[in-house]
Amino acid sequence: MSAATQETAVRTGAVTRVFIYGLLIVFALFYLMPLFVMLANSLKPLSEITGGNMMALPQAWTIEPWQKAWSSAQIGVEPTGLRPYFLNSILMVVPAVAISTIFGALNGYVLTKWRFRGDSILFGLLLFSCFIPFQIVLIPMAMILGKLGLAGSVPGLVMVHVVYGIGFTTLYYRNYYAAFPTELVRAAMIDGAGFFRIFWRIMLPVSGPITVVSVIWQFTNIWNDFLFGVSFGGQSQPMTAALNNLVQSSTGVKEYNVHFAGAILAALPTLLVYIVAGRYFVRGLMAGSVKG
Amino acid sequence: MGFLDIQNVTKSYGNVEVLHRVDISVDEGEFLVLVGPSGCGKSTLLNMIAGLEGISSGDIAIKGRVVNGVHPSKRNIAMVFQSYALYPNMSVGQNMTFGLEMHGVPKPERDKALAEVAKLLQIDHLLDRKPGQLSGGQRQRVAMGRALVRDPDVFLFDEPLSNLDAKLRVDMRTEIKKLHEKLQTTIVYVTHDQIEAMTLSTRIAVMNKGFVQQLGTPKQIYDTPANVFVATFMGSPAMNVVPARVRVVDGVPHAAVTDHDGQEQLLAFSQANLAQWDGREILLGIRPETITDPDGADRKSRNVVALRNMIGVTEPAGSDTFVTMTLGGRDAVARMRADVTVRAGTRFDFAVNMEKAVAFDPKTEERIEP
Repeated sequence: MSAATQETAVRTGAVTRVFIYGLLIVFALFYLMPLFVMLANSLKPLSEITGGNMMALPQAWTIEPWQKAWSSAQIGVEPTGLRPYFLNSILMVVPAVAISTIFGALNGYVLTKWRFRGDSILFGLLLFSCFIPFQIVLIPMAMILGKLGLAGSVPGLVMVHVVYGIGFTTLYYRNYYAAFPTELVRAAMIDGAGFFRIFWRIMLPVSGPITVVSVIWQFTNIWNDFLFGVSFGGQSQPMTAALNNLVQSSTGVKEYNVHFAGAILAALPTLLVYIVAGRYFVRGLMAGSVKG
Repeated sequence: MGFLDIQNVTKSYGNVEVLHRVDISVDEGEFLVLVGPSGCGKSTLLNMIAGLEGISSGDIAIKGRVVNGVHPSKRNIAMVFQSYALYPNMSVGQNMTFGLEMHGVPKPERDKALAEVAKLLQIDHLLDRKPGQLSGGQRQRVAMGRALVRDPDVFLFDEPLSNLDAKLRVDMRTEIKKLHEKLQTTIVYVTHDQIEAMTLSTRIAVMNKGFVQQLGTPKQIYDTPANVFVATFMGSPAMNVVPARVRVVDGVPHAAVTDHDGQEQLLAFSQANLAQWDGREILLGIRPETITDPDGADRKSRNVVALRNMIGVTEPAGSDTFVTMTLGGRDAVARMRADVTVRAGTRFDFAVNMEKAVAFDPKTEERIEP
């Protein structure tokens, strides 16, 4: 594949190159525009925004909106800033991602290497959960959380996201492990390794790429989820719900600079995850499609 | 009772029986090769010995202990897989001692066993490498080393050489043979390559369609194949099997075969009991190397018969020259010395060593016993 792209790269002339790069740069700038607006406006006093040009760079640079959004802005009735909700989100997202990824890996391992009667039907049913819209399950989920005594708590949100995430993580790991040679598992069986030892010593060490995919996917989805957070969060609402409360508040002056700063704060963790693990993400999605 | 006993073993998937009543008894130190075309059940049988597949009926016993329901790791066997199945995340040394580690052998003993086997296979300089950094031949050695380290009762090989290139395959074949002669271990070896089967084994089980067609020493299999399948599967080029009619002339049974022009030619059998088949159709089996030029004929044979026939195609192969002719309405191959002068489209006097010829019943395709 790479050889083919190199060949075409050699053949295109200078004019074509300039055209291609020019177009790409235009699109990149267009795509970066909102980020620029958010950053620029989060660093200027409110008077500069209300006074006129949203597109201009700040005249008086300030980080005060960031501080305010983080620690003292009015969220609902409390002037707490986003900080406690950020913590809520972290407390929710870390266990939810970890648990759903571990279950997905175990499911994928069983569905490919310890096959049993009806396993493909079970896999099909698990896949269903990828296609069920959130809204449909709100009421039954609320009933179950209530019965379990987990309503309005972080563990409740963790459970909701684990249940919802297992479908995706299972799909990832099953397809990844399907390409994993079964002979290795058989060799390990003859060598005397049991179910969990094979998983731990043979399968997991080579699951790096797909684990990155699973973690990024789950982290982004769970962090960005609003509906479950606002419905089941109760007193421990996540960042997304708090941001909504910050931006949508109907009393007082609309502090756009604080809103911009808050929105960036809410998006930062996912951005970070992408930057750190992003290059494995593409590799992981490609894994198995080409011999490597 | 042998060292490894396979008694009346069958394998079914649902209602489909894929392996029918297999009975093989292997002695200690024997090298048994299961050979057959794809889908003949040879790998299934090997997996059943390993415990990777269940047994539908019958018994498999190792050292007199029935192991039907016993977990693979508790059978004291080791297996070498076609893809080598080396753990990619572990070094060569870790790969080889993983089984010992799982069986709770203490580290000093593991290291000692590893050092011994690594020296035997000349892979001591590779122990710290990952499998991905090895060549095909090296991986093959590591896979065998992993089996050897365990010091098992029975070694199982599942087409271990089929992923190697042609030259390396021949080298490794010799090496496996050397290893077996040195260690005198009991080996069950699966292959579809009849040359591997012939060269390596002390006994061969030729399988087809879930049946063991014939079980015997390489010589028995080659010289006295039980049926047409075994005759044509073993040997390269394959044995010529052509329709013929038995005619008794002066009390001696002859095979009457038609030549290129449709003329009947008489080839005297060495097998006296074929006189009972006088006037009936048979299938005549002649190995290519027993059809030669008169000077190249086996001088020890007491029954070399002349056959004049048209040469169809000549194929010089360096060491030999293969000649194709029409016999009994089918193509037949003769294997001549390399320097013999033969020209396509001319008539030639062949010499057929009828001492080695076999006859098959055309209905059952079984060999007619002498």
